[in-house]
Amino acid sequence: MRYIEPHAHMVSRTTDDYLKMTTSGCAAVCEPAFWAGFDRSSVHGFYDYFCQLTEHEPKRAEKFKLPHFSWLCINPKESEDMALANDVLGIIPDFLDRPNVLGIGEIGLNKNTRNEMTILEKHIALAAAHDQLILVHTPHLEDKLKGTKLIIDLLKADSRIRPGRVIIDHVEEHTVSLVLDAGFWAGITLYPESKCTPARAIDIVENCGQEQVWLNCACDWGISDPLAVPKTALEMKKRGHSEKAIDNLIFKNPLRFLSQCPKFKIG
Amino acid sequence: MKREQALDLYFIDARSKLIDIAAFLDRADRAPGEDDFRLKAFREALSILGSDEPEKAKRVLLAFSDPTAEPIAAAPGKSACGAWPGK
Repeated sequence: MRYIEPHAHMVSRTTDDYLKMTTSGCAAVCEPAFWAGFDRSSVHGFYDYFCQLTEHEPKRAEKFKLPHFSWLCINPKESEDMALANDVLGIIPDFLDRPNVLGIGEIGLNKNTRNEMTILEKHIALAAAHDQLILVHTPHLEDKLKGTKLIIDLLKADSRIRPGRVIIDHVEEHTVSLVLDAGFWAGITLYPESKCTPARAIDIVENCGQEQVWLNCACDWGISDPLAVPKTALEMKKRGHSEKAIDNLIFKNPLRFLSQCPKFKIG
Repeated sequence: MKREQALDLYFIDARSKLIDIAAFLDRADRAPGEDDFRLKAFREALSILGSDEPEKAKRVLLAFSDPTAEPIAAAPGKSACGAWPGK
């Protein structure tokens, strides 16, 4: 089995997880910028974080022969502080040419506030101005439906944005069709306690098709499983899905989306 | 996947989760106090499970969702609680 892990916060994981992922067939890992679990106090914290994502973490992954890629942004959980968010937006262009940077992400909304919307709009404009791929985080639990609708409206309002170059992540049964029907890619996140279980993820794929869908574990410092994607592949096998269908979903689909960035090359 | 295969794969797991839900409701009912918006939304969502209509997972998720359309003025905090308090 081979797979691409398109969304994992490896800075929060132990080196053992790299070993487990590589020996389970992981061919590449992609790491969006996210919230550290606490609010950073200044743009300098983000400068260091972006250096970690583009310099240190690829070296840690290389020890396990795992290509490491990253996405840059300020996460919506910190974009209520508009002054900080604008400072961070100001340093992102300095990092976009780094060899492992795939685009802008994971941007999006958290509590669906006006400030979050303003910063999201600026991220979208930044991505459009620099012709970057976009990875979008949708809000949690009761906020997801409304947030997904607001995000789609904002993306569609910028005529420079091509939906096929945008993945909207953390979809569930009530949001997946909104995303796919608008032409965007949809990410299904596999979490033990929230978002989707492997069984529900496969239900969604069986009901909505897998043409523009990827699976990810989004493992971070919370309760999460870095091997959720290969475990879901096993669940697909149990249901009788073919090896080809599994390979399409967990390897070829992320490869197809991510290869829109010429820097995404794996061996 | 045939229905028998779906049952073979998932019945025991679903049965276990259903008993967990029953035990959660017993626990909440035993505890002194009133239902809050979360438990009210939970009981409303439970009624969806007994219907013959399709897309039960989607309808349960919708039952817990904020149905409004406008961005809010400021974040009350960073976390979501699982049910919309505005109902």
